[in-house]
Amino acid sequence: MKRIAPTLLCALLPGLAAAAELRVEVELPRIEVSDYRRPYVAAWLERPDNSVAARLALWYDLRMRDDEGKTWLKDLRQWWRRIGRDITVPVDGMTSATRNPGTHALTFTSGSAPLGMLAAGEYRLVVEAAREHGGREVVSVPLQWPPTQASRLDADGERELGRIAVELIP
Amino acid sequence: MKLRNRIALAAIAGTLAAPLSLAHEVWLLPSSTVLSNTGYVTVDGAVSNDTFHFNYRPLRITDNLVITAPDGSEVMPENLQPGRLRTVFDAHLEQSGTYRLAVINAGVMAMWKEGDERKRWRGPRADFAASVPADAHELSVRETAGRIETFVTVGSPTDIRPSGEGLEMLPVTHPNDLYAGEAATFMFALDGQPAAGVRLAILPGGARYRDALDRTELVTDAHGRVTVTWPAPGMYYLSASITDTAASLGGADRRASYTVTLEVLPQ
Repeated sequence: MKRIAPTLLCALLPGLAAAAELRVEVELPRIEVSDYRRPYVAAWLERPDNSVAARLALWYDLRMRDDEGKTWLKDLRQWWRRIGRDITVPVDGMTSATRNPGTHALTFTSGSAPLGMLAAGEYRLVVEAAREHGGREVVSVPLQWPPTQASRLDADGERELGRIAVELIP
Repeated sequence: MKLRNRIALAAIAGTLAAPLSLAHEVWLLPSSTVLSNTGYVTVDGAVSNDTFHFNYRPLRITDNLVITAPDGSEVMPENLQPGRLRTVFDAHLEQSGTYRLAVINAGVMAMWKEGDERKRWRGPRADFAASVPADAHELSVRETAGRIETFVTVGSPTDIRPSGEGLEMLPVTHPNDLYAGEAATFMFALDGQPAAGVRLAILPGGARYRDALDRTELVTDAHGRVTVTWPAPGMYYLSASITDTAASLGGADRRASYTVTLEVLPQ
């Protein structure tokens, strides 16, 4: 009985429940071209009405002289429209350097930045990639938040993105 | 001497009239409409018979180009260079927000008779009273007001202040926030007032690579508004014109025309 009480309390007061996790794997395909540049990649959560619920990640070229890397942020067109044009980069915890081809894991915890507390409801995880001398692609994965049970969802990109896997952990 | 004058005037009239004629398209084409950093854009201006391909004449840009920065200040063009088929200039965009780049042509042409002699005058509206006798015989006056423009935004789109002169498009949907598959609403104003019944035509660029022009014609509603749903991403040419007598000199016809280059992005 003593052991059940805290669980019940958690169920009654979801705000006090153990933090839910959103784990995202972003696969950047190896693209065989002579002039390969690592892609700019952004990830965010949006609501069904396209409004942004959480800005999760932005990988761009931070090392260029005179912030030249920012010049190409607009090529992440949807990210630029939804988020980029209204913020100043870099943003702590959101921006980081571009990454090599391979699978990159990101973990976000409810209650902590950049995920924060989200109202219960439908969301889309959106991942967008744009590559210099290459193409652009947006992949989105619909999900319900908060998760009631552990689940795994995924979607595949066709060109600039590989598999986008989402793991929801209550 | 008199003959030469007349030919020169006719030539000028021809050039000025060109932007208003339906046979050709006049446009400013910026290298980018959306920028994430401050910096330069370069702009082509041309009179063409194939949208956004320079294949006829350069756009005449003298002292009629006005580049307005987001804070309302004026930016001077750099490297302004008329060519045979296009005019080129650079604009240094040093602030965040929306820049308005416009070639504004306004003027009055008057013809009258003094005895047997035919007189002709062309110039700015403000000089009309001083240049044309009030009691001139057989006076005919034609007034034109034309605006050829485009918009470029650094960072987030900002408000566009109406000029209040001639025909212009005022955003309901911002002109640097247009996406394929989405509807955009614009308001047309004549001398700052909503203009109902303005006919406008929209042409997607790249007609050279398809068989049909895909021209769309629209008319503004009672509030001066039109709504367009963009079928595909690309550069679009929008032109509108209206003829009225209200704002002109001595009840003469005034033809106000407007053209704008808009970029529609993919989702």
